[in-house]
Amino acid sequence: MEKENTVIRVRDLVKKFGHFVADDHLSFDVYKGEIFGFLGANGAGKTTAIRMLCGLLEPTSGELTVAGLDGFKQREAIKRRIGYMSQKFSLYEDLTVHENIRLFAGIYGIPTRIRREKTEELLEKLELTSARKKLVRDLPLGWKQKLAFSLAIIHDPSIVFLDEPSGGVDPVTRRRFWDLIYEAAHEGITVFVTTHYMDEAEYCDRVAIMSAGKIVALDTPEALKKEWDATSMDGVFLKLARSNE
Amino acid sequence: MMISVENIEKKYGEVKALRGVSLDVKEGELFGLIGPDGAGKTSLIRILVTLLKPDAGSATVNQLDVVDDFRKLRKQLGYMPGRFSLYPDLSVEENMNFFATVFGTTIEENYDLVKDIYQQIEPFKERLAGRLSGGMKQKLALSCALIHAPKVLILDEPTTGVDAVSRKEFWEMLKRLQKMGITIFVSTPYMDEANLCDRVALIQDGNILTIDTPEKVTQSFAHKLWAIRSDNMYLCIHHLREHPEAESVFGFGEYLHVTWKNQEMQAEEMMNYLTGLGHTNVEVKETEPGIEDVFMDLMQKHDS
Repeated sequence: MEKENTVIRVRDLVKKFGHFVADDHLSFDVYKGEIFGFLGANGAGKTTAIRMLCGLLEPTSGELTVAGLDGFKQREAIKRRIGYMSQKFSLYEDLTVHENIRLFAGIYGIPTRIRREKTEELLEKLELTSARKKLVRDLPLGWKQKLAFSLAIIHDPSIVFLDEPSGGVDPVTRRRFWDLIYEAAHEGITVFVTTHYMDEAEYCDRVAIMSAGKIVALDTPEALKKEWDATSMDGVFLKLARSNE
Repeated sequence: MMISVENIEKKYGEVKALRGVSLDVKEGELFGLIGPDGAGKTSLIRILVTLLKPDAGSATVNQLDVVDDFRKLRKQLGYMPGRFSLYPDLSVEENMNFFATVFGTTIEENYDLVKDIYQQIEPFKERLAGRLSGGMKQKLALSCALIHAPKVLILDEPTTGVDAVSRKEFWEMLKRLQKMGITIFVSTPYMDEANLCDRVALIQDGNILTIDTPEKVTQSFAHKLWAIRSDNMYLCIHHLREHPEAESVFGFGEYLHVTWKNQEMQAEEMMNYLTGLGHTNVEVKETEPGIEDVFMDLMQKHDS
């Protein structure tokens, strides 16, 4: 039962760079349709961990399964099965909205016969139909963010990784973006998200906190606040995530 | 006034970055300029530090005009830009010496001012600046900005992309510098940092939305604000937005913050509405607004 619902399975995962241990025996599971928050101070080992989960980096030792694929031997297949969006959106600024959608649909191997239909569907959902010929460069930041997220999940991945997706946008846009995240999770896509905004940690079903290469806490925001006697996730984070400089 | 800005306008081609910005910063104040990316924060800061000329309006820092007196002014202000702009191929110590020499001083002369901060990176003084961690780069940049004992310190988003622990430490450093008599003007996209400032200006789309102490800014919120939650937050947002009396419904940490067109709306009515739609563990309570609530309210008023 649990195995069926586990989208990411991590056991004793280690990544070393020379003598430096960036990730030190990480173990956790992420379940289907869950919003999983991944927090930690700069340099705690978050980025290295995400790069392994996305198939971009080969782990040193341990076990890793992502969407049923092996994190050591099937890294190319993992890359095709997941979605990824970072703060630096991966949109092409000098292509139009429509061209960007076609490009990503092509890259992710959406069959030609449904590509057109999918494109129109997406334009309509994002209310970008009238802006289809606009260069992405000329779109407001909030629209770019919505487009980048929708393209990251255009191939219906079972999991999407969001690496600090909401930095710098205004508070309304930031919340509209979380509406999209909720919607994706509601539709069964697992969302793995890192953020520096502690209020966003509260939107997650479960949160893992990393410090100095280890996971020092993993639970629901509610349970973490109770355990660490804090009124907010900010309080929990300050108690747990010692800067390791 | 240590900083005085009057009706500053700045355009880049068709894009209006600043649409008539005015504000004053008192001597010894820690003043925050708060707004999202693209609001005009960097443009205003670059004008204040004499790196950019305004199209209209005027500004003075320590009674010196930012355009006419730029040479004099540059000697009196410390500036920490948003991007790391020290020399990556010089060591920590070489960077410090370089900036000290440019300003006609030495590290020793103003050591008292930077001691607290510099001591934390001194063990690595032989290391190339480009090879420091993010937090250490930030401390070096701050030390270099202070090396000539400026009267005013102007920082452009020093905490962007920095984790919550390092952010807290950075603000503690700023507070200590303020106690040493330095006026501080700092921009940030993080609304929660407003409470660490004496006064703040909220900026959006090149307009100042409000200027006041953080307490007075939050007190200005004119609606009754409700915190609501249930077991299914996704559906809770949708159901509340569908309610004809709902004015705004947004996530705020573990609760939704909700305002109603009808200020007389009672908690019981909201409770019944949600349980009637099948929600479980519904919680409804009145709550105090924060800076973000005010910001969102003001920016939506400004747009309409």
